[in-house]
Amino acid sequence: MDMKEKMPMTPAAPAPEMPAIDLSHQPNLAEGDALIDTSREPKMCADKVGVFYGDKQALKDVSIKIYDDLVTAFIGPSGCGKSTFLRCLNRMNDTIPSARVVGRIDLDGDDITSSAMDVVQLRARVGMVFQKPNPFPKSIYDNVAYGPKIHGLSRSKADLDEIVEKSLKRAGLWEEVKDRLQESGTALSGGQQQRLCIARAIAVDPEVILMDEPCSALDPIATAKIEELIHELRGRYAIAIVTHNMQQAARVSQRTAFFHLGELVEYGKTSEIFTNPRQQRTQDYITGRYG
Amino acid sequence: MQQTSGHTLKAFDEDIERLRALISQMGGLAEHAIGEAMRCLVQRDVEGAAKVVEEDKKLDALEIETERRAVQLIALRAPMAADLRDVVAALKISGVVERIGDYAKNISKRVPLIETAGKIEPLSLLPEMARIATGMVHDVLDAFVERDAETAVRVCERDQAVDDFYDSIFRALLTHMMENPHNISQSAHLLFVAKNLERVGDHATNIAEMVYYAATGQHMADRPGKSVK
Repeated sequence: MDMKEKMPMTPAAPAPEMPAIDLSHQPNLAEGDALIDTSREPKMCADKVGVFYGDKQALKDVSIKIYDDLVTAFIGPSGCGKSTFLRCLNRMNDTIPSARVVGRIDLDGDDITSSAMDVVQLRARVGMVFQKPNPFPKSIYDNVAYGPKIHGLSRSKADLDEIVEKSLKRAGLWEEVKDRLQESGTALSGGQQQRLCIARAIAVDPEVILMDEPCSALDPIATAKIEELIHELRGRYAIAIVTHNMQQAARVSQRTAFFHLGELVEYGKTSEIFTNPRQQRTQDYITGRYG
Repeated sequence: MQQTSGHTLKAFDEDIERLRALISQMGGLAEHAIGEAMRCLVQRDVEGAAKVVEEDKKLDALEIETERRAVQLIALRAPMAADLRDVVAALKISGVVERIGDYAKNISKRVPLIETAGKIEPLSLLPEMARIATGMVHDVLDAFVERDAETAVRVCERDQAVDDFYDSIFRALLTHMMENPHNISQSAHLLFVAKNLERVGDHATNIAEMVYYAATGQHMADRPGKSVK
């Protein structure tokens, strides 16, 4: 029977366009699906990266590719090296005197570990958002405008206003703060502060955004907003996120890397890591069998 | 991949074990129901058949309980990987086992309708067919509890015997109907019984596929070293 005859009251709403699922292209797990598309150029590529804090090796031989239209989540127990690795990606470990990084990390094919790399420039291209929201003790406007100013990204006040507005909009904060841009950033709620920090990272037009436990200090609603934001930002920036919350990794990422004792144990599609991991250690960790 | 140890959170293990226990319990009831239905059919025990029909309600209740616990476990424990596959398998298996119970009920309902069945020769084949089919159900549910993919594969292979029984009973009943047109209706009832038992075998095969996926994360059709038929 025609559906329209059945429901004469409902106006003909266009059916949402859902692509048909092509079963012929489903990965064949038995043959070991090529987990990562090797034909594409990665945004960042780590090759045998190791990190030492003094004599202690915190990270061993990590090789991983990060793609610009995917969210990559790093998971693992405390002390597994996931944050250490994330910090390698914009050379934040340089700030720790005893830290020594070996191996090669490329950003669009350029080795960022070389001494020729301008670290300030690198950190503009590879932005970072931390666990605890850390807005500058300045106005909301200045928090976002600071980066573009020091990097000379704006020619005029109007230019800067536009960057601030655009960044706050992308961070999903504009509607909440547009009438109080001169108030202090630290007066915002925790979730708003974190989105302000994301707006600040976005303002310098980065290519990669690193997030280190961005939601662990936030309540569930604020967390959901950040996750929605991550989802919206995907495609515009390559995003790498460290999280202790496996549900969060499952919700926001397309690729998941599991670290344990300084090693990269497994890296693959998030959907497969959480339904059918290949390594015993991954399985034990994600099902809650450690310890 | 084997489960190395229990969860850090012990209550999680208990929840999953309870779910497995429910499936085992359902399997035991369904197996018993088919066996009883066949006994009643052969011995024309109308009262016993009525009891089988009555007891099917237990299976229905257990299926609902399994669903409730599975949904609760997903909501409260957020199972991952092998745990998640187990819970989903339990949910699906409970529906299939409940269906097997319905077949027992269906067979039992025919008992009062087959008065002269004792004279119909193919009847003697049905209990053996039922024994193979319920054996499959029994073993595949043990395989679920043990996370034993190999047993699941072997259970599937046994379905051929059930199908062969069905084919020969079908032919025998057809011949019987042509030769004895006066008791076609009894023969037709027996044909349905055979069909029900054939379906029990198919359902055991389906469960085996679920068990295989839950245990290995692979679909049985994609398994390594699978012989191409």
